[in-house]
Amino acid sequence: MFEAIAFYLFAALTIVMFTITVMTSQALYALTAMAAGMIFISAFFFLLGADFLGVIQIIVYTGAVMALYAFGMMFFDTTRNVVEKGTNPQIVFVLGVLAAVMVVTIFVAPIVSNNIQALYPIQENIGNSQAVGMVLFTKYLVPFELAAVMLLVAMIGGIVLAGKKMDKSLTLMKEEEIGGLDEGFEPEAGGH
Amino acid sequence: MAITLTHYLVLASVLFVIGLIGVMRRKNLLMLFFATEILLNATNIAFAAISHYIGDLSGQMFAFFIIAIAASEVAIGLGLLIVWYKRTGKIDLDQMNSMRG
Amino acid sequence: MELYLYIALFAPLVGSLYSSLFARSPKSQQVGIIASGLLFTSFVSSTILLTYVMGGHTVHTEMMTWIATGDLYIPFGFVVDQVSVVMMMVVTIVSTVVHVYSIGYMDHDKGFNRFFAWLSAFVFSMMVLVMSDNFAGLFIGWEGVGLCSWGLIGFWYHKESATWAANEAFIMNRIADLGMLIGIFLVYWNVGSLQYDVVFSEIGNLQPVIITWIGIFLFIGAMGKSAQFPLHTWLADAMEGPTPVSALIHAATMVTAGVYLVVRANPIYDLIPNVGIFIASLGAFVALFAASMALVNRDMKRIIAYSTLSQLGYMFVAAGLGAYWVALFHLMAHAFFKALLFLGAGNVMHAMHDELDPFKMGGLRKVMKGTFVMMTLASVALAGIYPFAGFFSKDLILEVGFVEHHYVIYTVLLLTAGLTAFYSFRLVALIFHGEERYKLFGIHPHEAYKFMLVAMSPLLVLAIIAGSFKMTYFQLVMNLLPATQYHVHDHTTFWIMTIGTQLFVIAAILFAYKKYSNWSSVPDGSSAMEKSFFYKLLWNQYYIPKMYEEIFAKPYAELSRIAWKQIDLKIVDATVDAIANGIYKTGENTRDIQNGNLSTMLRWMVVGLVVLSILAVAFTVGYNVVGA
Repeated sequence: MFEAIAFYLFAALTIVMFTITVMTSQALYALTAMAAGMIFISAFFFLLGADFLGVIQIIVYTGAVMALYAFGMMFFDTTRNVVEKGTNPQIVFVLGVLAAVMVVTIFVAPIVSNNIQALYPIQENIGNSQAVGMVLFTKYLVPFELAAVMLLVAMIGGIVLAGKKMDKSLTLMKEEEIGGLDEGFEPEAGGH
Repeated sequence: MAITLTHYLVLASVLFVIGLIGVMRRKNLLMLFFATEILLNATNIAFAAISHYIGDLSGQMFAFFIIAIAASEVAIGLGLLIVWYKRTGKIDLDQMNSMRG
Repeated sequence: MELYLYIALFAPLVGSLYSSLFARSPKSQQVGIIASGLLFTSFVSSTILLTYVMGGHTVHTEMMTWIATGDLYIPFGFVVDQVSVVMMMVVTIVSTVVHVYSIGYMDHDKGFNRFFAWLSAFVFSMMVLVMSDNFAGLFIGWEGVGLCSWGLIGFWYHKESATWAANEAFIMNRIADLGMLIGIFLVYWNVGSLQYDVVFSEIGNLQPVIITWIGIFLFIGAMGKSAQFPLHTWLADAMEGPTPVSALIHAATMVTAGVYLVVRANPIYDLIPNVGIFIASLGAFVALFAASMALVNRDMKRIIAYSTLSQLGYMFVAAGLGAYWVALFHLMAHAFFKALLFLGAGNVMHAMHDELDPFKMGGLRKVMKGTFVMMTLASVALAGIYPFAGFFSKDLILEVGFVEHHYVIYTVLLLTAGLTAFYSFRLVALIFHGEERYKLFGIHPHEAYKFMLVAMSPLLVLAIIAGSFKMTYFQLVMNLLPATQYHVHDHTTFWIMTIGTQLFVIAAILFAYKKYSNWSSVPDGSSAMEKSFFYKLLWNQYYIPKMYEEIFAKPYAELSRIAWKQIDLKIVDATVDAIANGIYKTGENTRDIQNGNLSTMLRWMVVGLVVLSILAVAFTVGYNVVGA
């Protein structure tokens, strides 16, 4: 009973949050709603007994990804409404509904569960984190290491792309020199 | 009334479609990134749910790697976005049409 | 001996390749001298081979494998036997003379080096033709001489008429070659080999029908190469080429290849006497037919060309009646005096600045003594007066006709002999006797270079004495060819025939002299004779070229025009254009998809997702329904 209440509550909340994210014209609203939605999703993970995943969800998404987005948004003008023109709502609506119907149809169709065998069954006597660790560092070690390298590459890539002029220290420069740096490209937003 | 796998899958589908709608209607690149995050999270829910109901840890593993990929994507994507913004002053999808045939 | 075989075969090729190195550079005398020297080497080797073969041996060698797939095995094999060595001698003697002569004749021509490249290449092809030990090699040589003939007829390719004549010769020969190729295919199909010795030893086992077809198809090839009716028109037009070419190719060697083929394939033709009769009849017809056209023609070279045609007819009569050695003998004798006649005509042409109408000449005897003597003697030989070469070979053919009881053929040939004498001496009389009509045209004739006359002298000697080789020759070739002696047994008949023929021919000569040696004016088409029906018929070559034009050329041109305008433009091109336009328009219309707008692309991506999921559902449902 508790499970059902929790599921429906969080389902409703998540759907509402993500709908706001998708529909709003305010960038800040979207960011905030998204962060909330991420946290609500972690609730499902806890409900499903995937404690480790839930914690990771909160830490990575709400802690790291959202922070990144927040920093990223500082580069852009977020106070103005996000104007999106030329979108045909009918097409979007029709496609969305169709996709929903099809995906739901596929998922609701009875899965031939007899054919599915658990490769790495969940052991009852140990905790989720321990089980995850055991599988992750045995069967999924190579993908894990690859993921680590990928994250490293992404980090370096992000730094190089975003910080083109990091060799120049803004704090040590004079006001005019800083103004000169921006010459040649005048952001649409204009004022800082 | 027990919550079954189907419930979770339907929920995941609904979230996924919300993400799709976002992908279709957003023209602002930043907002587009948000929509892709929603897509990834929708699949994560489905993975975790299947993992739970089948009794197999592989689903959680996949969700875990998806999170890692999402993090990388955000780092690189935002970097590119900033470069693009510095160069053109815009992050509007409609104006990125240098691939026009 | 194989060494001499290879020298005889490849020396002309070396000469050709060497000359072609200089083909684009300006004239240099040494090219002609070296090419002639190599030809002379080939001649010497052939002579050595001749003495060897006369000792009763033959040389048969296989240079290398050419085609070997499955059951098909064709080597590059060469044979020097009694027949091919005779041909080799003829080819090398005449071509050596012609090469040396050409050094003088082509003296002022820009294409001097190119000329020798082609001429030597021709000799090489001809040697391959006569020396090959199988039908495939013969065919290669056959095509090679055709190609070189094309290149040499059209040697002055800037002249429209020369290129036209070259193409005509080439195309006519291709038509005939198709027949020959079918004949060769039939041989291979039924015998399983193309080697002469295998084919000739097994040909008797085949059904008579198949042998007949083989004989007919091979003869069609021979008809084209030897310009027999109805494929004869190219030979007269081929006179557009330089005169040494006419002497070598279109009198002495290439056109006799057809005769050589029939002689070489004598075991086949022995089995099918009906085809032989046809060949002989056609030969007799062509002999008379060509001689009649020569009567009225006013082009020196064409007259000699028709004479060649007529003599080829004689050769086919002999070959068709089974007297292969007689045919080959006449081929040899004819090669000498006809080449001589042509080279003499070349001298006259040079003297007259390429004027070809004998009516515009006259009285050249005074300025061109050497040429006069040579051409007269060559004409005497051609007419068949004792003791010149023509008497021995041509009268022999008449005797063959008589002995074999083909009296119609005999009569036709006898009549032709008279005509031959008449037109030959009409030509001689018009050129060398009478008033000096050329003065009207302001021409100052001069004798050719001395070395050209010297070069011609071997031919002169051979034209006079070739008849005395008859018994030696007979001893030689009877090893390979049916050794039938053709003698009229009744002595009275024999003497009446021989003396009668001689008197008839002499009468024709005297008549020609009487009529033409005092000719004084250039005919302008106003005389009564020139208006007569027969004159016009002969003058227009029986209207055959015109007929070909009307029957074949024009409808073909019309057909081509239809194919171009209606089929090619309206169907083929239109289809191709339609496809191109369709693709182009599709591109134009669909390029909007590639508008570079990522948002649109994303939307299309979703459409794709929806479509794929619909398909997945549909198939699953359908599968379950059908499965249930």
